Amino acid sequence: MAINYSCKTSGHTMARRSFLGGMLTGAGAVVGGLGAFTAPKVYAKLNRDQKRIVVFNMHGGLSQLESWDPKPGTDTGGPTRAISTSVPGIQIADTLPHTAKQMHNLCLVRSVNTRNGDHGKGRYMMLTGRRQTPAADFPEIGAVAAKTLNPLQSSLPGHIRITPGGSGGRGNDSAYLGPKYASISLDGGKPPQNTTLPKNLTELGDSERNRFRQFANTSFLERRRTAMTDAFTYSYEQAAQLMKQREIFDVSKESEKDVARYGKHDFGRHCLLARRLLENNICFVQVSHSNYDTHNENFNFHLEQLEEFDSPFATFVSDLADRGMLESTLIVVLSEFGRTPRINDRYGRDHWGNAWSVTLGGCGIASGAAFGKTNENGTKVTDGEIDHRHLFHTYLAAVGVDPTGSFNIGGRDMLMADPEGHAIKEILV
Amino acid sequence: MVDSPPNRNIKQAHVIHQWKHGSPLIDCRFDPSGRFVFASSEDNSVQRWDLSDDSKFSLLAHDSWVFSIEHSLDSRWTITGGGDGRLVWWQTASEESKPARTIEAHQGWIRSLAVSPDGKRLASAGNDKVIRLWDIENGTLQEELPGHERHLYCIRFHPTDSNILLSGDILASLKQWDLSTLRVTRDFDCKSLHTYNTGQKVDFGGVRAIAVSLDGKYLAAGGLHKASNPLGSVHEPLDLIFDWESGKLLQSCVSEKIRSVIWRQLFIDQNTVMAVSGGTSGGFLHFWTPASAKEIHQFKLPKHARGMDLHFDGLQVATTHSDGQLRITRLVAKED
Repeated sequence: MAINYSCKTSGHTMARRSFLGGMLTGAGAVVGGLGAFTAPKVYAKLNRDQKRIVVFNMHGGLSQLESWDPKPGTDTGGPTRAISTSVPGIQIADTLPHTAKQMHNLCLVRSVNTRNGDHGKGRYMMLTGRRQTPAADFPEIGAVAAKTLNPLQSSLPGHIRITPGGSGGRGNDSAYLGPKYASISLDGGKPPQNTTLPKNLTELGDSERNRFRQFANTSFLERRRTAMTDAFTYSYEQAAQLMKQREIFDVSKESEKDVARYGKHDFGRHCLLARRLLENNICFVQVSHSNYDTHNENFNFHLEQLEEFDSPFATFVSDLADRGMLESTLIVVLSEFGRTPRINDRYGRDHWGNAWSVTLGGCGIASGAAFGKTNENGTKVTDGEIDHRHLFHTYLAAVGVDPTGSFNIGGRDMLMADPEGHAIKEILV
Repeated sequence: MVDSPPNRNIKQAHVIHQWKHGSPLIDCRFDPSGRFVFASSEDNSVQRWDLSDDSKFSLLAHDSWVFSIEHSLDSRWTITGGGDGRLVWWQTASEESKPARTIEAHQGWIRSLAVSPDGKRLASAGNDKVIRLWDIENGTLQEELPGHERHLYCIRFHPTDSNILLSGDILASLKQWDLSTLRVTRDFDCKSLHTYNTGQKVDFGGVRAIAVSLDGKYLAAGGLHKASNPLGSVHEPLDLIFDWESGKLLQSCVSEKIRSVIWRQLFIDQNTVMAVSGGTSGGFLHFWTPASAKEIHQFKLPKHARGMDLHFDGLQVATTHSDGQLRITRLVAKED
């Protein structure tokens, strides 16, 4: 089955080439946070066909009752209250006052039932749209986005993860799509590893070295070119381009004013970096916020964590809307599962995948909407039950990729999304 | 409170009574007259039990959990502070479940209340990181004390000086305020009560409980330490006892191999701190003195404990529990 790439129109190709050409020749202007684009509408016109996805991964299992589906005054509600949002009739938890003001740009899905309470399995399900089995491995949404949305001639990686910490490097999350589409981690929000020249190597020396490599490569490829050698060559070329465009990943180039707006803590900087990457046409960015695995003192921890999340996230959504980027950028706020309605002895909530929430917004998604329902105290989905498979289909459909399409891998068609799922049509526009 | 009643024997502590409520309980207080015990619940109510006849009465006015309950010294007023940011005044002995006064006092939760020893002032601490001082009789806002950078967990007045207020937050910043100047006059070093877990990216701990001995000689700040897994409740209780005059840390009191956090504590005599803790190990009353890091006694409660108060007779301890029970423990030998 042919893949319905969203970026195949000639107009798009021209715009993209023009944009990338500008980036390569005038990097200074572009890497300054697209400061050259003083008129947001001009920016939006240039980029409207380039679709992007940003995922906020609420690591550990965000409580739906302390965020998108509060149940105040019930036996499961805890001390959390519901507040009005910018959309009449939709209320969310009082832990998210800034996000509440952006509800007209968002869409709540309150009827997720993944029947899973395991961290690893839940993470896999939510990012691949499949259940984990020993029989097969599937690429994460970031790899699929990099494969389907990233311009073919893009010199930048299409799959970026911004994490609070870690050792950096490439992820093992692209399965059969191969390492070309695996994530590059910006751990701690720092630029990719090994993208500066060693101190003992001059730019001229590096250039000569690359020229020799390319010469040797060309000779070799004339006789023995394979998909593997292409991927190898691509890695070198991408690394070279990464080094040239390293500033795209450097959030310190953003204005002091923006740094202050987003907050001078890690998550604020990571949201600002995500905006910067998306503005530079990175087609998939995943931002992690840690940690919501609150078996103990759930309410204290959610207050602390969501206070840190709320303002930068709302600023991010507002900025994308102001810049005309929401039309082309899908926002997803997910977790590996939700948390139990029952409050345990230690004021904690435990793992729960049977009735929880995911929030979407932007590209292809109905704005200011709430889909699905849970019962009065949140113990059961009562309307519009969906799971990870439906969400994965929806992400792809929202950015114009046919989720029933397949990848041709070594002559074998691999379905992009679980064939037993389907997109949630009610929230697609 | 009676200081050291002659028949008190903490090592003979035993539960003598329990009342069941239909929802888990949070915190509790005896009224100063000793007639009632009030307990807040996860159903947003406050329950009042009459010790003389076991009768129960519900107070309903909050839209969130009530984290703190205090009384005017004459027992006339019961004041509750909730997660809805409201302060509610109730007539303590009234049979009407109607608040006498409701004030939208804070943005976000009110976590802690305290009454000055002269009985004139009520202090409230909120998630807006501000302490507010109120006239306890008419509810007039008197002063605001900003200064904490993170969520406030606990406030207490000095037992004999109404111009001294103590406040502690999640980062274990413990401040001493002079209310005549509205300034911080001293910070106590309670860093060992705070943990930042780099793996989980969470701040945890803080000053959960403050007590000053009746003679003003000692200050105790309680909470937890050894938080190797804050989100999973792997931590142990810790109580820091300071010399008030010098501010010097005298003792770091521990309870080894118990996984819990100190929720509240009181000095039951000039030297002995009684603290209640709850966690994965269950519920406990701990007894410490400045002379030793180890407990002089530990009493295991039947279930996870969350709140505690001492009757004015100095013998009856009320504790609130996650199983919805309010339990009364007597600190004396069992009667035959």
